[in-house]
Amino acid sequence: MTDLKIETRDLDLFYGDFQALKKINFLAHENTVTAFIGPSGCGKSTLLRVFNRMNDLIDNVKISGKAYVDGKNIYKKDIDIDELRKKVGMVFQKPNPFPKSIFENVAYGLRVNGISNKTYITDKVEDSIKKAALWDEVKDKLKKSAFELSGGQQQRLCIARTLAIEPSIILMDEPASALDPISTAKVEDLIYELKANYTIVIVTHNMQQAGRVSDHTAFFYLGELVEYDETKRIFTNPKDIRTQNYVTGRFG
Amino acid sequence: MNTKKKINQAIAFNIFRLISLSVVAILVLILGFIVYHGFSAISWEFLTAMPDEGMTRGGIYPAIIGTLCLIAGSMVFAFPIGVLSGIYVNEYLKESWWKRFLRSMTDNLGGIPSIVFGLFGMALFVNTLGFGDSIIAGSLTLGLMVLPVIIRTTEEALKAVDNSFRLGSYALGATKLQTIAKVVLPIAFPNIITGLILSISRVSGETAPILFTGATYFLGQLPKGIFDQFMALPYHLYVLTTSGTNVEESRPMAYGTALVLIMIVLVVNLLANALRKYFGKQVKMK
Repeated sequence: MTDLKIETRDLDLFYGDFQALKKINFLAHENTVTAFIGPSGCGKSTLLRVFNRMNDLIDNVKISGKAYVDGKNIYKKDIDIDELRKKVGMVFQKPNPFPKSIFENVAYGLRVNGISNKTYITDKVEDSIKKAALWDEVKDKLKKSAFELSGGQQQRLCIARTLAIEPSIILMDEPASALDPISTAKVEDLIYELKANYTIVIVTHNMQQAGRVSDHTAFFYLGELVEYDETKRIFTNPKDIRTQNYVTGRFG
Repeated sequence: MNTKKKINQAIAFNIFRLISLSVVAILVLILGFIVYHGFSAISWEFLTAMPDEGMTRGGIYPAIIGTLCLIAGSMVFAFPIGVLSGIYVNEYLKESWWKRFLRSMTDNLGGIPSIVFGLFGMALFVNTLGFGDSIIAGSLTLGLMVLPVIIRTTEEALKAVDNSFRLGSYALGATKLQTIAKVVLPIAFPNIITGLILSISRVSGETAPILFTGATYFLGQLPKGIFDQFMALPYHLYVLTTSGTNVEESRPMAYGTALVLIMIVLVVNLLANALRKYFGKQVKMK
């Protein structure tokens, strides 16, 4: 068994009075892909945002229980949230490149983290875009606006941007839901390649996608982690009737 | 039924068109009127000479310089303060009574009549702080007056920045300050310039706030520093129209002054618009 990267123990999360997550016990090992599935509003994206403390940016969020990244309690008072977010990268549902050049989009994360060495930045940007399987498409127009790229290219640019700051964990919140089938396939291929070096947690509404890219799948329903197992088992032999109904398309 | 519908559509459309056209017509009429009467007064001497012979001869040079000083002075003071306040309100404050309080105070400040600002400016800058009747007292008074405009447009400009940009920045480990300075502000800046344009237009046209804070009827020479009295175009216009030694004879000069005032506002707006375009290009949206 490889190292434990993410773990939660009896994690509760409230938006005001509404309990969005109930006693979540979850863990993910190094260099694996975990898929979060479940109907809308089941808490899967909320749990994803626990791991890089993105929920902090929403008013009235209360959390109890424990969440660990690399064995460190990330909700302890003395935790450096910016450092945590460097280690736990995130790719969003809608591609959200900055209104800057393609180059600057990837360089941004380096610059805000205090790196100013030009050769290092240039190399790192190229390296990251290559890792995101976008290099051949953009190498001649790095100075052009990122908004000139297609949606799928923008999403891979956002992945490149995340890779540049060398995270060990990458959270993906429905990264392909706004993309066409061809772009989706490219992003999925990319996830598969990245697995060798990163721990990935991906929220998806697309059951086939979960089946294709993930090693483990967690099914959420009404704020509960109903079932968590190898992806194969979740789809062929789920233990809980709710999981079975969901993966076979009977509800959700 | 069908024809009746069509007629109704046509009537509504034409009413809207007529009304919007009449707005344009009024503007053209005012501009045409000013240009028609003022154009003959404009000459190199008019723009560069001191007023002479009871304002019936000479030029309006000191008033032009005065107005430009007021624009620069008030903006140097009000623009940074207004933008920083706007950033504080929109980026740092959560929805709370304090935020609502600040907002309503800003709006109330904007609702105060300009003559009251004049009175306040006299009490605070001229007397209490001892600046005397001066460019700086007038500039600060005008600056106070347009602060709400700048704060409000800054707020709106920041609010229009899609939150996904902020989230993307935070997710890369950027701090709040870095996110605001490197992502949010550059996107919002072209719209923030709108506040600058509106403010400059107001500052160059207002008479009341400078009445008691340093605008003067006549200057034999240019002000030597920011603590000197000044002439300004709107006040000069008022003087020429109502209280010159020979109002009838200085009438063309009054129209000329109005024309120059309008041209200054126009030129400054064009400059600010170019600035807006420039910053808009810096953030590569398209």
